[in-house]
Amino acid sequence: MRSAVVLFPGSNRDHDMVKALHSVTGVLPTVVWHQDTTLPDVDLIVLPGGFSYGDYLRCGAIAARSPAMLDVAKKAKAGVRVLGVCNGFQILTEAGLLPGALMRNANLRFVCKEVKLEVTNNDTDFTRAYAKGQIVRCPVAHHDGNYFADPETLARLEGENRVAFRYAEGTNPNGSINDIAGILNEAGNVLGMMPHPENLIEALHGGLDGRGIFESVVTALAA
Amino acid sequence: MKVRVTITLKAGVLDPQGKAIEGALRGLGFAGIDGARQGKIIDLALAETNPDKARATVADMCEKLLANTVIENYDIAILG
Repeated sequence: MRSAVVLFPGSNRDHDMVKALHSVTGVLPTVVWHQDTTLPDVDLIVLPGGFSYGDYLRCGAIAARSPAMLDVAKKAKAGVRVLGVCNGFQILTEAGLLPGALMRNANLRFVCKEVKLEVTNNDTDFTRAYAKGQIVRCPVAHHDGNYFADPETLARLEGENRVAFRYAEGTNPNGSINDIAGILNEAGNVLGMMPHPENLIEALHGGLDGRGIFESVVTALAA
Repeated sequence: MKVRVTITLKAGVLDPQGKAIEGALRGLGFAGIDGARQGKIIDLALAETNPDKARATVADMCEKLLANTVIENYDIAILG
């Protein structure tokens, strides 16, 4: 599987993501600078976590308008799988590739801890390695992960089974509406999530719970 | 031409920062506060001299970048 990680000024989880992709797929991803107008021809594009542009204006707002993102949008429309983690999720909502918005955590605190995630929908290219309703561990580290969408958008997301992950067992760390931790676009080829699956990839991380997302994409491509 | 954009959270969108400000004001002994909402102001200096054209351009800027219309409203004022 060929993958690319888009690097923005202020990204800081790009190395973790590169290592995770390398570990699961066996192929080093291409790192793409945000000023590049064309991404290489890959199977998966990843927007990593961090604080692109110092979170100026709104988290992800300026990165979402970068030249590379125009091509990400074009490729997403053509069906290329796109994963946005943490700041990457914020960028995807700001770019209009996913609905809703990520707001300041309800308790106003930066949260850096492990949460429990329920695999709400395991019939997606990103989640088939898990069982439906499976509870997995995943770290979070963010200040603005409070998912918000208007009631119509929310009803649509829920009705179309586009909530991939929910915070489970009372671990919602940010006040997200309906405990939403990760959502899909309408076509199902774009996933945005606040937690960091790339940080539970090797035994030394203390668990392998995050591998399933990357393994699912590999399996989907082989199908 | 100077133009001021005021960006505020839409009604119904939780504003934890506003709530914290409200709580801190109460803590200082200010009574009778029915709410506090935090927003932001962006002042632009434009070469454009026609107010209508400036307003239209800034509205476009708001839609494309300055405001996230999922959660925010914007107001445009020509300062002269």
